[in-house]
Amino acid sequence: MAKRRRGQVLSGVLIVIALATVASALWWIAHRLPDRIADTAHEVESLILFVLAVAAVFLVAAHLYLAYALWRFRHHPQRQSMFIGVTRKEWLPVLAIAAVLLAFDLTFDHRSNEVWAKVFLRVPENAFRVEITGEQFAWGIRYPGKDGEFGRTDLRLVSDSNPLGIDPNDPASKDDIVFPAGQGELHLPLNHPVVFLVRSKDVIHSFFVPFARLKMDAVPGMTTRIWFTPTKAGTYEFACAELCGLGHYRMRGVLVVEPMEQLQKWLSEQQTFGETMP
Amino acid sequence: MAHEHTVVTELPLWRRLLRFSTDHKDIGLQYFFTAWAMAIIGGFLAFIIRWQLGFPTQVKPAPWLSWLFPHGAEGGVLKPEFYYALVTMHGTIMVFFFQTAILSGGFGNFLIPLQIGARDMAFPFLNGLSYWVFWAACIVLLLGFAVEGGAAAGGWTAYPPLSALKEAMPGSGWGMTLWLLAMALFIVSSTMGSLNYITTVLNLRTKGMTMFRLPFTTWTLFLAAILGLLTFPVLTAGALMLLLDRHLGTSFFVPTVHIAGKLIERGNGNPILWQHLFWFLGHPEVYILVLPALGFVGDIVATFARKPFYAYRLAVLGLIGIAFLSCLVWAHHQFVSGMNPYLAFPFSLLTILVSVPFATVLLCIAGTLWGGNIRFTTPMLFAIGFLSLVVTGGFGGLSLGVAANDLHLHDTYYVVGHFHVIMGSSVLFAIYAATYFWFPKMFGRMMNERLGKWHFWLSLFGVYGVFLPMHYLGLSGMMRRIYTLLEYDFLKHLQPINTFISVAAFVLIAAQALFVVNFFWSLKRGEQASANPWGATTLEWQTSSPPPHGNWGTELPAVYRWAYDYSPPDSPTDFRPQTEPLPASQ
Repeated sequence: MAKRRRGQVLSGVLIVIALATVASALWWIAHRLPDRIADTAHEVESLILFVLAVAAVFLVAAHLYLAYALWRFRHHPQRQSMFIGVTRKEWLPVLAIAAVLLAFDLTFDHRSNEVWAKVFLRVPENAFRVEITGEQFAWGIRYPGKDGEFGRTDLRLVSDSNPLGIDPNDPASKDDIVFPAGQGELHLPLNHPVVFLVRSKDVIHSFFVPFARLKMDAVPGMTTRIWFTPTKAGTYEFACAELCGLGHYRMRGVLVVEPMEQLQKWLSEQQTFGETMP
Repeated sequence: MAHEHTVVTELPLWRRLLRFSTDHKDIGLQYFFTAWAMAIIGGFLAFIIRWQLGFPTQVKPAPWLSWLFPHGAEGGVLKPEFYYALVTMHGTIMVFFFQTAILSGGFGNFLIPLQIGARDMAFPFLNGLSYWVFWAACIVLLLGFAVEGGAAAGGWTAYPPLSALKEAMPGSGWGMTLWLLAMALFIVSSTMGSLNYITTVLNLRTKGMTMFRLPFTTWTLFLAAILGLLTFPVLTAGALMLLLDRHLGTSFFVPTVHIAGKLIERGNGNPILWQHLFWFLGHPEVYILVLPALGFVGDIVATFARKPFYAYRLAVLGLIGIAFLSCLVWAHHQFVSGMNPYLAFPFSLLTILVSVPFATVLLCIAGTLWGGNIRFTTPMLFAIGFLSLVVTGGFGGLSLGVAANDLHLHDTYYVVGHFHVIMGSSVLFAIYAATYFWFPKMFGRMMNERLGKWHFWLSLFGVYGVFLPMHYLGLSGMMRRIYTLLEYDFLKHLQPINTFISVAAFVLIAAQALFVVNFFWSLKRGEQASANPWGATTLEWQTSSPPPHGNWGTELPAVYRWAYDYSPPDSPTDFRPQTEPLPASQ
């Protein structure tokens, strides 16, 4: 008999697990998510929540089914199991539920593709450009200056005074504004699209802006790209999200979102690469 | 197999474990014990990791740590580089050297010949060789802790250039070379095993054992072996190329970089290439673990529900669908890796489509419960626990398959929570279910039900307590593989949750002691098991417990019916073994 009781307890526990999972998730989402400071924060987050909501319905349904079946069909010495011969009719309910899931899958895929295409394939022409370069264990920042073009870089040119390896002979490099790794904050214009050119000098890092719900790996040997429009002024953190060595956990950066005029004024006060390099 | 069959004196267990055997049951048990030993090491590493995350040692030193690790934790403060070595080795050990080894090597070896009615594997010597190489792989892997710079610390995914250049971090020296050698040895071992399992299932089935009469367990082990054979060698090639990059200055994965104040000039190597090679195995690897778990649970549920497997053929088709799709989804680990963003479209869709065959298999198993006469033995409790966890993990994972969600969730604790629910916990529950279920067949004794029940309840609450909150941490943006979250203002408020998770993890780890005690106590004192204590239909239960050398008497069993003839209406017993001939009238 003890094992019969196990079945009843298990049924109860499964229901509790499902409800506690959903309830705690709801509470967490309502109270503990980081601020949203960009258009993508809303888009990505609402997609995540949509998928989670559908998942929660399936999760609760599955646990309720299990709980009911375990309680209803728990062992009884006087009863025999239903004997169903091997019949294809059994396939129908399974395939029907699988088809519902398939429909949801296609919906997720459709919504995901929209967000994805925006973030990667539709970079606005007029976006503000900034380059961010990962190295163990900080981020270097570069603005293109008045010409809007970044000077060419080559790791063979890296030196203490030229940590990003910018080519001084490239005319586009003269007005670049450089903050060596760990020595500057990332200033971004409010309500204006920003495209990030993401690079790395050594190992793989990942440029992660939790407040924008975005990240992009920084891969040595190539430049990756991502963009968003900051929608909320203030000072926020960004992070490295890819294990990059023993200091990975402290590869922190700070970004400042401010009105475009303020940003331009601040930029005009900075020394250019041409001024710092003799 | 025309073996001259004589009765062999049974050797004591320790002799069977400590000899160069070519008997599949001995090799199965050798894998089984070695893998459990590796699991204990991996679990211990998890304990240290959780200590650091729950009770950061740089804030509050833990003197006992410096006693355990004089170099890794001087003054009771865990060094970050040592923390990363723990994380890397924990992942590698648990995924490959515990779960893969115990599922395919342990249960696969022990069960396949018994379930198909063979006397041994197709290639017994190759089988022995596979285990010996695996054993060497374990030693080489653990040696990493003893070399200068410590064990590999670049994560279990070992992304170059971090893993390729010794300048990149302390663990990327000899520790990384040993890690790559250990993985290469492991793959050699696993490939020999896979070849053997596939050949055995295809060629050594006894009379009457058609493919659609195979128990679900054998189907899953068979498919997992096919996946292993197709995908593991790709990682071997990757490991070899990485070794060349490390030691001979080639440029497969390492471009020219500037690291630790030094220019390292290479060609145009591409780090993302390694990720493709790694995940080409790495993702199917998940299914190499999950498929056998589904197989065990399917069989255990049918046995204890005393009911025919619901839509068995559809479930087998579902398994084949999972196995096929699992080879086409690897790049979903790389959505934000810098690969061509157009690749996200097919890989995202294919990934979430896996949910369709996966749900099909689970629904068939769940359907088996309906109308049953369910017995809540310990293996059944763990099987039900598996179903709960696999649903939670599966639906939690759906959000990771959707590419745009990974813009936020990739490389956060959401991922850590997810794969620990699905791959860590649910597969672990299936391994426990299988151990409690087949223990009588392996050792001729029953495991203790009362201890088993406690083990189950504490484990169930433990895994939910540990891994569910991790999903929430990920939603809040907590990155994985960080030594401490206290460096970030936006993460500081999550420290109490991490402490809670650590406490839950300690309870979970402590609860596993109940299993260890139960295991060894039952080995000596457990109730004697009959040949078929659970009243199961499949062939392994139609020979003595434990089975003799050669598995069967002078004649191989013949099979007359499918594996799930439970509760037939006109039978005196509530099951008919596969060996029972059909009545003359049919």
